Amino acid sequence: MKHYLLIISLLLVSGTVGAAERYHLDKANIDPVDTESLRRGAVFFANYCFNCHAAALMRYNRIGRDLGYDEAQLESLFIFTGAKVGDLMEIAMQPEEAMRWFGVVPPDLSVVSRSRGVDWIYTYLRSFYKDDSRPWGVNNTVFKDVAMPHVLWELQGLQAPQFDVITDKEGIQRQVITGLAPLEPGKLSTDQYDAAVRDLVNYLHYMGEPAKQSRLQLGKWVLLYLLLFFVVVWLLKKEYWKDVH
Amino acid sequence: MREWLHLGKEWIESRFPLKEFWEDHLVKYYAPKNLNFWYFFGSLAMLVFGIQVITGIFLTMNYKPTAETAFASVEYIMRDVNWGWLIRYMHSTGASFFFVVIYLHMFRAFLYGSYKKPRELLWLFGVMLFLLLMAEAFMGYLLPWGQMSYWGAQVIISLFGAIPVIGNELALWIRGDFVVADATLNRFFAFHVIAFPLLLIALVAFHLIALHRVGSNNPDGIEIKEKKNAQGIPLDGIPFHPYFTLKDMLGAIVFLMIFSAVVFYYPEMGGWFLEKDNFVPADPLKTPEHITPLWYFTPYYAILRAVPDKFLGVVLMGAAIAVLFVVPWLDRSPVKSIRYRGPIYKAALAIFVVSFIALGYLGTVAATPIATTFSRIGTIIYFAFFLLMPVYTKYDKPKPLPDRVR
Repeated sequence: MKHYLLIISLLLVSGTVGAAERYHLDKANIDPVDTESLRRGAVFFANYCFNCHAAALMRYNRIGRDLGYDEAQLESLFIFTGAKVGDLMEIAMQPEEAMRWFGVVPPDLSVVSRSRGVDWIYTYLRSFYKDDSRPWGVNNTVFKDVAMPHVLWELQGLQAPQFDVITDKEGIQRQVITGLAPLEPGKLSTDQYDAAVRDLVNYLHYMGEPAKQSRLQLGKWVLLYLLLFFVVVWLLKKEYWKDVH
Repeated sequence: MREWLHLGKEWIESRFPLKEFWEDHLVKYYAPKNLNFWYFFGSLAMLVFGIQVITGIFLTMNYKPTAETAFASVEYIMRDVNWGWLIRYMHSTGASFFFVVIYLHMFRAFLYGSYKKPRELLWLFGVMLFLLLMAEAFMGYLLPWGQMSYWGAQVIISLFGAIPVIGNELALWIRGDFVVADATLNRFFAFHVIAFPLLLIALVAFHLIALHRVGSNNPDGIEIKEKKNAQGIPLDGIPFHPYFTLKDMLGAIVFLMIFSAVVFYYPEMGGWFLEKDNFVPADPLKTPEHITPLWYFTPYYAILRAVPDKFLGVVLMGAAIAVLFVVPWLDRSPVKSIRYRGPIYKAALAIFVVSFIALGYLGTVAATPIATTFSRIGTIIYFAFFLLMPVYTKYDKPKPLPDRVR
């Protein structure tokens, strides 16, 4: 029995080590209640992502309601097509065009924070590096051979990979990327760029589940109610069960 | 006023056995007074079923069962329908909690021998309910039409293809298409919201009718009906209402607190209740790296994968559930409750529980050689627990039973 448990726990450990080997994810450290950060992220999303990526499960006026934009602001900041504020956030680019230009249709980003996780997106957007063998001249350490160009290169600049040669378990020598170093500076410093990406990720996290904050707020009242209810019923039950021996 | 109420009662009573029902099943239905923690899960299963039905009705009002619209309509519920997020999370959390409750309910039967004579039929209805619940959950999981919905269904339905001769035709007949597609989604929707809930309700009724005929077992595993007073009331029995209605209500409130904590704070439960990959719309051309069923199926999935031959794997997985039907006749112990059983059964049950949980874990990880080896060990233990039961329960030395419940 003990032996069995030990083996199981060893198995658990080996499983986690195997998963961690692939790449390291940086913590996004977003603050979902920082409305200013969400607003910066929303505008950033509209300007840099929203031409190719739709968010077609989300409505413009939901952003307006949750982040405090009126209709005129929504129209000037977010709507680049003829859409109404109550419409879904669709894009003008057709899937056939996208296939021709990128080889894939850029995924809808409405719930990307829930499928990929915020840390993944945060790390991914900061992990492009110069690679002349790729069609767009860049590759990514988190998403190898990704079809997306480095849309934010103007802001971040370009990074160069740093290589190291390691010997793997089978004794084969392989070249691996150990880190990325600045090659050409962009408009933003590293800290500024990280902050901008953090805002964007914060917005994507919000867009993944717009009701999240109200869910968290309601939760404590429901639990408090149930606690009070428990006390009342507990007293009643105690009273009734007095004569059971 | 009182006169009127009385007249109303009379009017109903001469047309419908309301009072009889109230007495037979509540105020004059006597349950053992020593029912403990493990006896909460029956009423909790009813509570979760109620939650699933009611939230399900409201989801159905807004959900659109076509391959084109299903995924978006779920997010529409999450965003645009008033309180839609709450209804949806209650339903998705409810599915997982249903299995938590049912697994604990079944474990209770193994603790106190609740399946033993005279409760064999009660147990059989229960196992059928377990099977139906699995089918209901499996079909419901396709409806959000995410990657895991799609590929999970693809994998499980393709298992039918492993059956010799008729397999491929059967799988095709189930799907209604050569792959999981719109036709599959439509029929699964029909089964999930109408066919299986109706069957579940009918079987719950049978389960309860059978229970009320034989009466509840109890942690001592002795029949309270054998010791009655002059009025024919079991000495160790107390009326279900108000005693157990109040006690079960307490259990229900504690359950709802845990349930609400998940609904409001951890609806994804770290990917165990809502898988990450299911937030990617179903794509028939892109197989996910790692297809896993939801946690409540993983012990059986691990048994399936433990066998190198696909057909034999399917057979073994089916057998793993089918064996539950014969448990009442495999157990040869003269006593019911674990309190009076010998050490062998206690050890067997403990090892079984550990291996069942281990199989559940193994069903979630990639089938590496080491994981497969452990799945095989777990599978052998799973079947050994049942198939060796006639032997070890016969030779196990029971303790003397008490005269009355404690």
